[in-house]
Amino acid sequence: MVSSMVLRDVAVTHDHPDAEMDALEVSFQELNQKIRLAAERGTRRIVLRRVYGQRYIGTRLNGLPPVRVEIFGTPGNDLGAFMDGHVILVHGNAQDGVGNTMHGGEIIVEGRAGDVLGMSMISGSILVRDDAGYRAALHMKQYGRTVPSIVIGGTAQDFLGEYMAGGRLVLLGLGMRKHRMSFIGTGIHGGVIYMRGPFSNDQLGEAAEITPLRSADLAYLSAQIGKFGEAFGLPEEISPEQFSKIVPRGKRPYSSLYA
Amino acid sequence: MLATQLLAEFKIQRDEDRCIRCKVCARQCGFEVHAYDEETDRMVSDQSKCAGCQRCAVLCPTGALTVALNPQSYAPNYNWTRERISDLKRQAETGGVLLTGCGNDKPMRIYWDHLVLDASQVTNPSIDPLREPMELRTFLGRRPKKLEVVDEQPVDGHPQVRIDLPLIFSALSYGAISSQAQESLARAATAVGTLFNSGEGGLPKALRGYGDHVIVQCASGRFGVDPDYLRRSAMIEIKIGQGAKPGIGGHLPGEKVSRSISAARRIPVGTDALSPAPHHDIYSIEDLRTLIYALKEATNYEKPVSVKIAAVNNAAAIASGIVRAGADVIAIDGLRGGTGAAPKVIRDNVGVPIEMALASVDSRLRSEGLRNECSIIAAGGFRCSADVIKAVALGADAVYLGTAALVAMGCTLCQKCYTGICNWGICTTDPYLSKRINPDIASKRLIAFLSAWALEIKEMLGGMGINAIESLRGNREHLRGVGLSDWELEVLGVKGAGQ
Repeated sequence: MVSSMVLRDVAVTHDHPDAEMDALEVSFQELNQKIRLAAERGTRRIVLRRVYGQRYIGTRLNGLPPVRVEIFGTPGNDLGAFMDGHVILVHGNAQDGVGNTMHGGEIIVEGRAGDVLGMSMISGSILVRDDAGYRAALHMKQYGRTVPSIVIGGTAQDFLGEYMAGGRLVLLGLGMRKHRMSFIGTGIHGGVIYMRGPFSNDQLGEAAEITPLRSADLAYLSAQIGKFGEAFGLPEEISPEQFSKIVPRGKRPYSSLYA
Repeated sequence: MLATQLLAEFKIQRDEDRCIRCKVCARQCGFEVHAYDEETDRMVSDQSKCAGCQRCAVLCPTGALTVALNPQSYAPNYNWTRERISDLKRQAETGGVLLTGCGNDKPMRIYWDHLVLDASQVTNPSIDPLREPMELRTFLGRRPKKLEVVDEQPVDGHPQVRIDLPLIFSALSYGAISSQAQESLARAATAVGTLFNSGEGGLPKALRGYGDHVIVQCASGRFGVDPDYLRRSAMIEIKIGQGAKPGIGGHLPGEKVSRSISAARRIPVGTDALSPAPHHDIYSIEDLRTLIYALKEATNYEKPVSVKIAAVNNAAAIASGIVRAGADVIAIDGLRGGTGAAPKVIRDNVGVPIEMALASVDSRLRSEGLRNECSIIAAGGFRCSADVIKAVALGADAVYLGTAALVAMGCTLCQKCYTGICNWGICTTDPYLSKRINPDIASKRLIAFLSAWALEIKEMLGGMGINAIESLRGNREHLRGVGLSDWELEVLGVKGAGQ
């Protein structure tokens, strides 16, 4: 077990506006400390090369001015967990817990993301080019005008949007024939899920229902499609009218449960 | 709805000679039991709605009211008690899960009452705490395996939190309790040099100034968990479970989610605040380690991280995993721990008494050489200073006080917290009711009871010839069991009285 006492002596060799670090065989604690020290010295763009599973990249930047972190390789679990206001770009796949309880900023994944993507996110946005794993947008929240959003290029697995209390989740359904997940929006009591591509009603959780798109939805969707296209390009034509809108049946899914 | 067959739980007797029709009782009762009848110029009462909280009786200026258990009951039956019959009838009328508040009220053995303390006689002198120094100061956090010294300076590797007495206010969330009640806890904790626990409902802006004295919770609902919340804390606690409802999640009903609660929890007004049963990013000890380190990363390794679990059968093995996962503090909440709302069937039937869980966790960590790597906070039904000192002797560094603090503020354990109506202004978010807690007064009551317990603890320590609470921690030689069987003594790790 690496204790925090080791971290005081980490030398930082890159203290110019752009920093580049080789993450090969560097522990997550050392790497995140290096990133923090670089940001503390005024670096605003940090490129990480040969990342192999280091966790919590971006998490240690809390309280510092916005930094852009570019990752080559595969970051580990909890990428940008509890992150506040920074930008992370992954040139590759991400693992579980991307944007876990994230409080602001942006995460862009040029690949797929694992389970519990954007779990309990409060604010900020996440873009995933390919698919996502189980329980994406689990318990995402919103408050006032702070509305987080997640856009997934392909599809996702079971329990999509479980317990969602707010925010917007978009599945573009690119490169697939049918969404296969079950229990969409189980326990959902706030927020919206937009899905493009075929699925049936029995894939929905009990608390969720489909409702027609309105003009505000179309405007939001075309903005997100534009943003996605800018980040990754669009392999096929997408129009906002092709989406189904899934919302909670009520704000109180369990109100009649008790004596 | 069907006509109810339920008997009134309480009987209200009004002494008409004393009643002056001042209507205090009517104004004080949020359950709307009392009303004034103009025609007869009398106060009338609907006792079927009475929770038995005694607010009206205490505030009646002429002492005209007596609220007592309703003697009207069914034929005596050891098996089908009045409670069983009433509960079943209520379910037959609603088809729902029975909710309740506070802790398990069933007559299960309270081991504190079967443990007695030692005292010095002849062979070692007892100490008088009124005239000699007596140390209750405690540090919470991970201790280093060995002391490292660089340039003649000790390297302090792990953050520690100092508390001046081993009593901490337990997790009581904003939403479950009123902001006035939470502020009272914050003020009292600050005044006596200890901590209060935000619970899982976030921390209102007004309380962020008490950061050095707050343990902030990160529970499965992650309500109000933002970087500022984490940064402005003395310690962060991952709430896995709660003694009153092990294994199940939480549910703050939408009608309690007012504007200010929605701001603290970062969810829209009027929606249910659901805490899932598990953290969905934690399905294993390894996953727990992931969250512990995520929180450490998010706070730059400046805060100890606690993990709170409900006391369950395998608590000792789980605790060992929790320490290995990197937690600096373990909080164990026993069978009698309180709650703002829990299914009654869970509260009354699930869990392990804190005495047993604490002893087994402490023994296990000692046998594995891990005890110094974490502090232990015991929770769940501590009623007096003797319970606390016995817990320290069984291995606790400190104890969490929830119900005790509420009682000090005014709570009478009527167990109706889940209704959102609390005539004492504690477990409610109704602005009219919650104004009844004046933080100036309630914090004084809290400070007074903590100070009294601290004095009593010093007296008991002094009697044992001990001048620092640290010397008692896990020192079970100072305990003896009375009226306990062999297996109970074995789990507790104490000898029988006379042995």
